[in-house]
Amino acid sequence: MLRDITLGQYYPIDSIIHRLDPRLKILASFAYIIALFIVKNIETYTLVIAFLASIIFLSKVPLKYILKGLKPILLIIVLTFGINIFMTQGELLYRVGPFKITREGIEMAIFMSFRLIFLIIGTSLLTLTTPPIELTDGIERCLNPFKRFGVPSHELAMMMTIALRFIPTLLEETDKIMKAQMARGADFESGNLVKRAKSLIPLLVPLFIGAFRRADDLAMAMEARCYRGGKNRTRMKQLKFSTRDYVATAVVSGFVAFIFIISYI
Amino acid sequence: MSIIVENLIHVYNPNTPFESKALSDISFSIEEGEFVGLIGHTGSGKSTLIQHLNGLLKPTKGKVQINNLDIMDKNIKLNEIRKKVGLVFQYPEYQLFEETIYKEVAFGPMNLGLTDLEIEARVKEALELVGLNFEYMKDRSPFELSGGQRRRIAIAGVIAMKPEILILDEPTAGLDPRGRDEILNQIKELHSKYKITVILVSHSMEDIARLVSKIIVMDRGKIALIGPPREIFREAEKLEKIGLGLPQMTRLVKKLREKGINIRDNVFTVEEVKNEILKLVRDKKNA
Repeated sequence: MLRDITLGQYYPIDSIIHRLDPRLKILASFAYIIALFIVKNIETYTLVIAFLASIIFLSKVPLKYILKGLKPILLIIVLTFGINIFMTQGELLYRVGPFKITREGIEMAIFMSFRLIFLIIGTSLLTLTTPPIELTDGIERCLNPFKRFGVPSHELAMMMTIALRFIPTLLEETDKIMKAQMARGADFESGNLVKRAKSLIPLLVPLFIGAFRRADDLAMAMEARCYRGGKNRTRMKQLKFSTRDYVATAVVSGFVAFIFIISYI
Repeated sequence: MSIIVENLIHVYNPNTPFESKALSDISFSIEEGEFVGLIGHTGSGKSTLIQHLNGLLKPTKGKVQINNLDIMDKNIKLNEIRKKVGLVFQYPEYQLFEETIYKEVAFGPMNLGLTDLEIEARVKEALELVGLNFEYMKDRSPFELSGGQRRRIAIAGVIAMKPEILILDEPTAGLDPRGRDEILNQIKELHSKYKITVILVSHSMEDIARLVSKIIVMDRGKIALIGPPREIFREAEKLEKIGLGLPQMTRLVKKLREKGINIRDNVFTVEEVKNEILKLVRDKKNA
């Protein structure tokens, strides 16, 4: 069940999207997020869908796999939907007890839920098509201009690399500890909220102890190999913009500009 | 408690690029009271296989029967099976979480819903079985102990549930030779004293050779060999091809035979080989 989380996981195949420069992909994701928040009506979403669909098609990542990444945030989507549908003022349609459902509410709820879904799909495409190392490389380079204001870009990128690197490890560990405790008769699935929260103790305590132990070991291993931050560090793979990156930049800028124009002008 | 596994197939992450076939077409049976060694390389599917035996993993295809109960049967409570099949995972000391050793060992029995009196008796028994003093240990924190002792606490936690089948996944991994021998001897004692079925997973032939009555050799998700140790060790070439070393004594006998010394080839404990060599030397003197 824990293996279902796609967020932050790389999907290892070769496609044109996979080969794009990570810096471009990061900036494009930002542009995409901004564009999503510019969109003012549901009709414009057809453009977003078309844009997303063509990227998904080019990336060769199966749609089913991407949609699986929505599962963990399903609750948030449902919550957003619920709040919007009941809290928006407007033309009254139904009344359920103290709750009013308005036409505007329904529209708003659908609009907001889709915004969330597109947000998650779009951003998960970034992590699905970019290996974590490239991703953090890209982040480091994107943050480099802020170095003179005291932003520790290398350290931040390294922290992110490590965090991303340990997501699958910790998931695996959780899975293992869960199984071990289940083998001892632990029950994680039934009972009321208090009982369930209590039943998590046998899972969380070993997990945290394990995480600290791993952090310790990793720090030691890094120091043993003379790691001392980003200064003077060279890299084997230099990032380089190629023709396909310029084309992609043009396409993304065009998309965002178009959304901006039809929304504001 | 008998175990029957038929045509078991398990695939991890089906229909994704991470798909991997961990088990393909595994069939075997284990009788009540047997001491079985499960041996194979890292990634040969040992751990996957044993997780099927108490329903932690569901077969992608095939059948697993514990005492005539099918683990896939909807009417069967998996807790009932887990009560009977005790599973000690690899590095179990990393799963400890309680403040005191008493509470730690009592976690399993408590989940079984036993009375306090019965729980105390079981904790005491389990701790003594793994060679730890109950009075001295019970109020201490498991985290102040050494790695080897912590592992024993974890094993005691499973023993205290009084399983009829005990499965241990590499219980000696990372222990020093003395700790290894102690744990193996305690497992042996447990087997002979309580007549429970034991499955010992290992990649060390040495550990397994002197303990078990049956060996299952796994290689890349399949069963490569199955039978009593004497028969298994005769297949020296096949074992070496899989990359599993022979026990030292078997290697010695093999070398001697290659030198033209006519020694029996179905002996493999130090004691047996010693007697056999002494016999040969004596015969030579007499001749």
